[in-house]
Amino acid sequence: MSTTSATAVPPFRVESATPASRAAAVVGLLLLAVLATAPAWGGSGFMKLLIEFFTLLALAQMWNLLAGYAGLVSIGQQAFVGLGAYGLFVGTDRLGLHPLLAIPVLAAVIALIALATSLFAFRLHGGYFAIGTWVIAEVFRILVSGAKEVGAGNGVTIQGAAFLGPQGRLALTYWLALGVGFGSVILVAWIMRSRLGLALRALRDSEAGAESLGIDVFRTKLAVYLIASVGCAVAGAIIYLSLLRIQPNAAFSVDWTARMIFIVIIGGLGRIEGPIVGALVFIGLRETLADFGSLYLVILGVVAIGLTLLAPRGLWGLFVARFPMVSFGAQPRLVMGAQTPGGAGPPPGTTPTEVA
Amino acid sequence: MSLLEVRGASSFYGDFQALYDISLAVQEGERFAMIGSNGAGKSTLLRMIAGLLPARGGGIRFDGQAIDALPTHERVKLGVSLVPEGRRVFPSLSVEENLLIGGYRGRRGHWGLGRVYELFPLLKERARRSAAVLSGGEQQALAIGRALMNNPRLLLLDEVSLGLAPVVIRELYDRLPAIAAAGTTVLIVEQNIDQALGVADRVACLLEGRISLAGRPAELTREAIAAAYFGI
Amino acid sequence: MEWVNAVIQGTLLGGLYALLATGLSLAFGVMRLVNLAHGDLNILAAYLALVVVTATGANPLVGLVAVVPVMMVIGFLLQRVLLNFALGGGVLPPVLVTFGIAVVVQNVLLDVFSADSQGLDAGPLENASVTLTDQISVGFFPLLTLLVAVGVLLGLQFVVSRTQLGRALRATSDDTEAARIVGIDHRRLYSIAMAISLGTVAVAGVFLGIRTTFGPSDGPQRLIFAFESVIIGGLGSLWGTLVGGVALGVAQAVGNQVNPAYQALAGHLLFLAVLAFRPSGLFARRTARQV
Repeated sequence: MSTTSATAVPPFRVESATPASRAAAVVGLLLLAVLATAPAWGGSGFMKLLIEFFTLLALAQMWNLLAGYAGLVSIGQQAFVGLGAYGLFVGTDRLGLHPLLAIPVLAAVIALIALATSLFAFRLHGGYFAIGTWVIAEVFRILVSGAKEVGAGNGVTIQGAAFLGPQGRLALTYWLALGVGFGSVILVAWIMRSRLGLALRALRDSEAGAESLGIDVFRTKLAVYLIASVGCAVAGAIIYLSLLRIQPNAAFSVDWTARMIFIVIIGGLGRIEGPIVGALVFIGLRETLADFGSLYLVILGVVAIGLTLLAPRGLWGLFVARFPMVSFGAQPRLVMGAQTPGGAGPPPGTTPTEVA
Repeated sequence: MSLLEVRGASSFYGDFQALYDISLAVQEGERFAMIGSNGAGKSTLLRMIAGLLPARGGGIRFDGQAIDALPTHERVKLGVSLVPEGRRVFPSLSVEENLLIGGYRGRRGHWGLGRVYELFPLLKERARRSAAVLSGGEQQALAIGRALMNNPRLLLLDEVSLGLAPVVIRELYDRLPAIAAAGTTVLIVEQNIDQALGVADRVACLLEGRISLAGRPAELTREAIAAAYFGI
Repeated sequence: MEWVNAVIQGTLLGGLYALLATGLSLAFGVMRLVNLAHGDLNILAAYLALVVVTATGANPLVGLVAVVPVMMVIGFLLQRVLLNFALGGGVLPPVLVTFGIAVVVQNVLLDVFSADSQGLDAGPLENASVTLTDQISVGFFPLLTLLVAVGVLLGLQFVVSRTQLGRALRATSDDTEAARIVGIDHRRLYSIAMAISLGTVAVAGVFLGIRTTFGPSDGPQRLIFAFESVIIGGLGSLWGTLVGGVALGVAQAVGNQVNPAYQALAGHLLFLAVLAFRPSGLFARRTARQV
């Protein structure tokens, strides 16, 4: 975000980008370009693994936005994963929409549902907010389990995407997962550079302080809650476009949120890189510890407890402490010098001097 | 041997240094007053002695024993009691319960419920009332009584007069001789110079985290005190 | 008559929910800790009772004399070794650490006892009943459950309002730093509070284990019931928690009467209604004399 200055003040702008973040953006775009061609050369196993990775990444980014940036510890994000899944079913199978159309429609509807749930959840704070969101998710699970229109407790199978053919559906799902994965990173980066991001940063330092600066704490948190809810719903829809079979107990399972929490804690809470690192480690751990069964989750739980107490900024935090750099530009700085006409990037050919 | 000896201690709030290299000694049975303007570091000093803030770079000895590493509750057990700034009585507890919890460590000595009620008869009248409904002066009396219930060897009094009417302040200060007579050493922190000079055997002044003056009240001129207090 | 019966059954069950809720409420009141592992520790208590019963052949109610102390020790150590280090750093650490504990407990139970449902058998006691009218009879066991719950709550009320420990708990809840000033070791007190919390959880776990079957994954539901009782009753009041527990029990029993699938839903809906219309709880009375 650039800030327009009055004439008396020397030109300046608030800058979040760093050389490292620009390099990361370039590498990211190259990676995206290469990965986008995967349906042409990748096996279906590889693509399914990447679908899982990118959808988990998106879910974790949303949870990180909630807990890490807005201090809203939700244990009920599975509500929106499940609603996204069923929303996709209703869109494709009941309304006959193309999945690409069904997803924006369900996103809009679920935004309204999230707004309604916020009326209840936002009465609670801290740890009680966490359980409150969980109850809300349970209510959705029970209601859907009782709805014969969507198969009640047995669930349903999405058939409205069959016209794409197995290969076509896989490719579409893959591209969507790629989009939601990269999209979630870009979204969070963009939010953190927007007004909302500034409000969140103030809020994280001190809620009372933020309030005295004129920041509407309630609306800031509500905005984050709505964004994260819709984000989880879209990711949920894509996950079930891949799985096809929807059962209420699985779609509304707290395990979804547990995964998000583990990924974020492992990678690093309150850092945009955290979910990326966390999702990689999470999938890596699962692949290597798959034989341990429930013991695998015990290990994960112990790791989560240990990291929370000993390294609350996660693996990425440990890494950054050793190699200081800000790859996605979380900290805005004041840059003196030429003004940008209104874009986020630096104007070509200028070499601004940094003040902070 | 001094009852309390602080040697070269500093204290910080985060990155902000509130106390610089403080040294002072309080003798057993003494009434010692620490004066200084708002923000000079007086409360910080008491919090440091009580163990609520860590002392850095120096040492605190109580009755010859190093207490720097002891947590607050261990210091209370040794007989260091703080009457904190803002009184901090427990609103969920009745007046009597506030006093009873003051005796949590079970140190024996002169003070008990009866003696505290003798010292502050008003508290006895309000014994069953919630501490939350007391007036400011009554709360201050309760906070002092609560600290006395520990039978402290060293009583740390933080800004007893803050926000109270002069007549109430006088009443509270009138009790001080009785407390000292029971053998308790008192370290008072005061913004009010006259009040402090009136009751103390010795006075020291804090200015921006450093001790700027120390001596007996009779030996100090008003000019010297004003200079030490305001830094002019 | 079925409805009257449902209300009576719900009331009796409500005592257990209140017991379950008290521990959660106590931990929150004293140290602002929301223990997400509360439900899983409740299930752990039931499994401990199962182990005692299997090993000794004793009645599970007798097994309480072993299960309650063991759970109290677990609570004390959990607080001392882990949870004390999660406090004081904002909202996130305690929530995340207790969530981690929940996952660990749940999966250790799954690993040791498998996913099969278990039950505790209290013998002929379970089938005995007291007949009130021709159509209404009250099971002896549910009645005993309610009496025990009220008894435990009375005992807690006594401790909190009349003993030095209770005063210390209330003082620490009011103002931790002032509590340290009077010589309270707040960390040790937190450990004691968690021991008491898990002691009540153990009683609730054994009684619930006799009443219904349980499995390793039932913890979250127990947590939610405890939480709903706390919120429905109103934070910070022991008797409010009893009212909340009974209200939840009755709502569930009535929901069950409508359709067995909606037992839990009815409770959730009551909870949401309270949140929407009376967010401070039905019995909100944050008086000076309550934790």
